[in-house]
Amino acid sequence: MATVLAIKNLVVNYGAVEALKGVDVELGEHDIVAVLGANGAGKTTLLKSISRIQSIKRGSIALKGLDLATVPAFRLAGLGIAHVPEGRHVFATLTTEENLNLGAYGVRSMPAGKELEKTKEWIFSLFPILKERRKQLAGTLSGGEQQMLAIGRGLISKPHVLLLDEPSLGLAPIIVQGIFRVIRQIHEEEGVSILLVEQNARKALGVARYGYILELGKIAIEGDASDLKNDERVRAAYLGGSKVNC
Amino acid sequence: MATFFEQLINGLTIGSFYALVALGYSMVFGVMKLINFAHGDLFALGSYLGYTLLIASSSWVTVHFGLWGGMAIAMLFAFSGIGLAGVLMERVAYRPVYPAGRLSLVVSALGMSIFLQNGIMAIWGARPQAYPAAVVPSTRFSLLGLPVTSLQVVILLISFTLMLAIWFIVEKTTFGAAIRATALDRSTATLMGIDVRVVIFFIFALGPALGGIAGVMNGMYYRAISFNMGWTYGLKAFTATILGGIGNIPGAMIGGLLLGLMESLFAGYVSGAWKDVFVFFILIVVLIWRPTGLLGEKTAEKV
Repeated sequence: MATVLAIKNLVVNYGAVEALKGVDVELGEHDIVAVLGANGAGKTTLLKSISRIQSIKRGSIALKGLDLATVPAFRLAGLGIAHVPEGRHVFATLTTEENLNLGAYGVRSMPAGKELEKTKEWIFSLFPILKERRKQLAGTLSGGEQQMLAIGRGLISKPHVLLLDEPSLGLAPIIVQGIFRVIRQIHEEEGVSILLVEQNARKALGVARYGYILELGKIAIEGDASDLKNDERVRAAYLGGSKVNC
Repeated sequence: MATFFEQLINGLTIGSFYALVALGYSMVFGVMKLINFAHGDLFALGSYLGYTLLIASSSWVTVHFGLWGGMAIAMLFAFSGIGLAGVLMERVAYRPVYPAGRLSLVVSALGMSIFLQNGIMAIWGARPQAYPAAVVPSTRFSLLGLPVTSLQVVILLISFTLMLAIWFIVEKTTFGAAIRATALDRSTATLMGIDVRVVIFFIFALGPALGGIAGVMNGMYYRAISFNMGWTYGLKAFTATILGGIGNIPGAMIGGLLLGLMESLFAGYVSGAWKDVFVFFILIVVLIWRPTGLLGEKTAEKV
């Protein structure tokens, strides 16, 4: 499997605190990789470093061999990286449709035209509720709808790599199920490579091929998702063996 | 009735100056969360730039392009000159201070205001200057039986066109959505592929440039201009911004027009000498009674 995204020896500091202490992560072509771990393990920091909205201290991040440190952060969307941030971060006083349109802002080959409308229809087919809400301010949507909007806004740029940060956070189980169904669907039908950060380890390992477990800024365990599901340590800490993940 | 109408049209005219200046305040505040205290002085500088262009080489512009042509060229000149000044100001006075926090920014803005005021005084002198009558178009005529000047009509037309254009850009275009997104959440805007620097450039060019145009129209309307007029105008436009709701584009327009009307009607019916007192009294009342302004900052929290 060809590597799409390669992160090597990534070190990130918040002041004196080391949030990431030398992390290596790889994401392949047509791949889903899960990054699991407790709060504060550095999962979100990892994704923010990739999309360059967090400055890094050491290490390298490469997209198909292109060192991302040489590219301004706002160009990443145009290079095919879409980041769906933790906590949705929809633009609350913009309408659902304006939010979606902005998702395609960085993609030069797709200006507001037929192509955009077609992609929008595709997003609406994934999340039909968004079509009903298109004229509504994003801040008035429910949590689940906002998450769908955030994912749709990421997908509308037709990304090569999708960085998904805690898509199940704070959502009802039935909504979570729907969102994971879409994750699987875009992976299978569109071949999008997905780096999935989750606290819901069971769900994440259910869709992922490979998994990393971050603990206090370091990769503690990594391996094929099927192996991780049966790993004693993972079961104990993240799959309901203890109360950590409840 | 004649007084009422006169004050009404007068109020709308000065209200449209306030509105244009308030727009700049509001745009900059929306994106930068910075109250640009030097904004009023940019307005004054715009007035002086237009003045200089019109009197330079003894009204060459007016002679060749006519009164209206001269006015248009002076406004374009002030528009580009003040737009450039706004961008330069951001580079020199604000960008280096961003990491130091908002208080430092406010101090830097006040410093910029003093710098501009004294700069204008050093170049054009401390005595008020006047737009020569020869360059100001002012045909009196009656509109539906009521007396107006052609200058008033043109000022209102230009102001409303500009306001409509700004409203359209900010509220209806994708770039406008990018501006609003940047105002809400810069990191996420960057994730969308929005170059925040371009948005800031645009805000600091267009906001002041509108003030520059208002400066020329104000010079044409009142004729007298002085180096420190930016301070009062800045404060009044700021009051208009607060009145309409800071960071809110339609709010700035409505706030400006309303303030102009109230000021003018107060001056006409109560006391001209007390009109500034009245205006700032309104500021205090609004801050106490409705600190988010008449329209408020748009929020979309779930109830």
